[in-house]
Amino acid sequence: MIEARELTKAYGQKIAVDGLTFTVRPGAVTGFLGPNGAGKSTTMRMIVGLDRPTSGTVTVNGRRYADHPAPLREIGALLEAKAVHPGRTAYDHLMVLAHTHGISRHRVEEVIGQTGLDQVAHKRAGAFSLGMGQRLGIAAALLGDPATVMLDEPVNGLDPDGVLWIRNLLTKLAAEGRTVFLSSHLMSEMALVAEHLIVVGRGRVLADTTVRDLVREAGGDAVLVSTADPVRLRSLLAGPGVEITGRPGSEQLTVTGRTPREIGFTAAEHGIPIFELTRHEVSLEEAFMNLTHDAVEYAGRAA
Amino acid sequence: MSISATYEGVTRRRVARAELTKFRSLRSSWVTLGLALLFLIGFGVIAAAQARTGNDAPGAEGATGYSMALFGVTFALIALGVLGVLTSSAEYTTGMIRSTLAAVPRRLPVLWAKAATYGVIAFVVGAVGALVAFLATSAILSGTSSAVSLSDAGVVRGLLGAGVYLGLAGVIGVALGVLLRSTAGGISALVGTFLLVPGLMALLPDSWSDAVTPYLPSNAGASLYALTQGDGALSAGAGLLVLLGWTALALVGAAYRLKRSDA
Repeated sequence: MIEARELTKAYGQKIAVDGLTFTVRPGAVTGFLGPNGAGKSTTMRMIVGLDRPTSGTVTVNGRRYADHPAPLREIGALLEAKAVHPGRTAYDHLMVLAHTHGISRHRVEEVIGQTGLDQVAHKRAGAFSLGMGQRLGIAAALLGDPATVMLDEPVNGLDPDGVLWIRNLLTKLAAEGRTVFLSSHLMSEMALVAEHLIVVGRGRVLADTTVRDLVREAGGDAVLVSTADPVRLRSLLAGPGVEITGRPGSEQLTVTGRTPREIGFTAAEHGIPIFELTRHEVSLEEAFMNLTHDAVEYAGRAA
Repeated sequence: MSISATYEGVTRRRVARAELTKFRSLRSSWVTLGLALLFLIGFGVIAAAQARTGNDAPGAEGATGYSMALFGVTFALIALGVLGVLTSSAEYTTGMIRSTLAAVPRRLPVLWAKAATYGVIAFVVGAVGALVAFLATSAILSGTSSAVSLSDAGVVRGLLGAGVYLGLAGVIGVALGVLLRSTAGGISALVGTFLLVPGLMALLPDSWSDAVTPYLPSNAGASLYALTQGDGALSAGAGLLVLLGWTALALVGAAYRLKRSDA
């Protein structure tokens, strides 16, 4: 469980995170979604105490991260692919982290196996590919067997094999009952794994919602109808909870609150010809774009 | 998933063990320690060999076997000090610091552990190097007028003092790396403090220079291993206190930066 209250981070004049309040609930995959520069990484760094909030608080399992006696057992974080000394082997890197918590050599070998690093464990991390570096970062995150795993843009720059591997891993972690908090600027990637979504832009929470609700709010259950007699069909379909829009003179209507099946039957009963009857699929990407449009434009000007 | 039965928590001892593993697992640590030993022993041997053949080593005029043996201390200091800087500055330049501080988010235990483990390593290497240099030198010089022996007054204390000086210089290097977060910056500050500032003292009026010079880290350190104190130099005990003061100052600065600044 991660709880942020009015979390704010300013770098001089620039406000990177602006009063974020959100809760990452246990036992689910929560996506942290926003365009580049929305403050996702800064927020994650504040969660594990690498950055100090300008104001506000963030707690992990009820306490500040630094106040836990064994922080690696509370939350495992993958923040950047290369938070590793390139001259040290993967095995030694993990042993260093394990020593701080008295975690056994056996556990180090276990996470090496789990992340598929067996072949390269005794090679120096500087020679690792991006994908291998990412695996090492994930092995470090899993080292303390934490109930919460936090990953910042874990698929960024990975090849398709690597992306698939991460996706499977996330599914597996969630299936084990862990809380997974995952950032991305790619909605499509998020939709595959996350149930809950926290959407941010310009350092603010734009939406704290589920994937399904986000789509619905963006007009995901609308039906497009093209008909020879839009005026008559419109009056026949009208009712409580039904919203119909259409331009005057156009044969096309956008109907929300009626299923395509209901619309088809109504039109047939009254002998109104229909040329098109389509469920209007709003992609997640579109819903996300609608939400973050302003934030992105602002970021573009600021940069 | 195996969740071990004991609750694992961060302790000072464990952080020190982690720092020791960090140090051990880098090739550059061993190379630089080897260089420090080579400087310490090699320069002593060369100075003694030169004296033996009658060609006095530069600055060795009237030098006793003891001071010839420790001719390499300043060179070893640079190697050990630079390694101290690297031990901490490389955390920042490689990004490792984020892994380190995520594991030990209270932060300060990392600085104390680094300073303590590296300080002990630099002390041991310094003291052993000084001893070997002395033994080699006294073997070369035996039978000459500069001959010295371990049983001479103050020699053992002086050799230990050289080790302490090098150990504390290593700690100052660690602190400078944390304070400046940059390898180039840390090394410059170290070399400046120990090698350049003493030379700049000549620019001050004599009375100022005389008052300040003995308290510089390099001069305080030299009085730690000097067999006979020159005019105006500090006693070994006072030198130790002054050098400890400089070390504490560097550590306080490093602690402040580590605790206050974002990683």
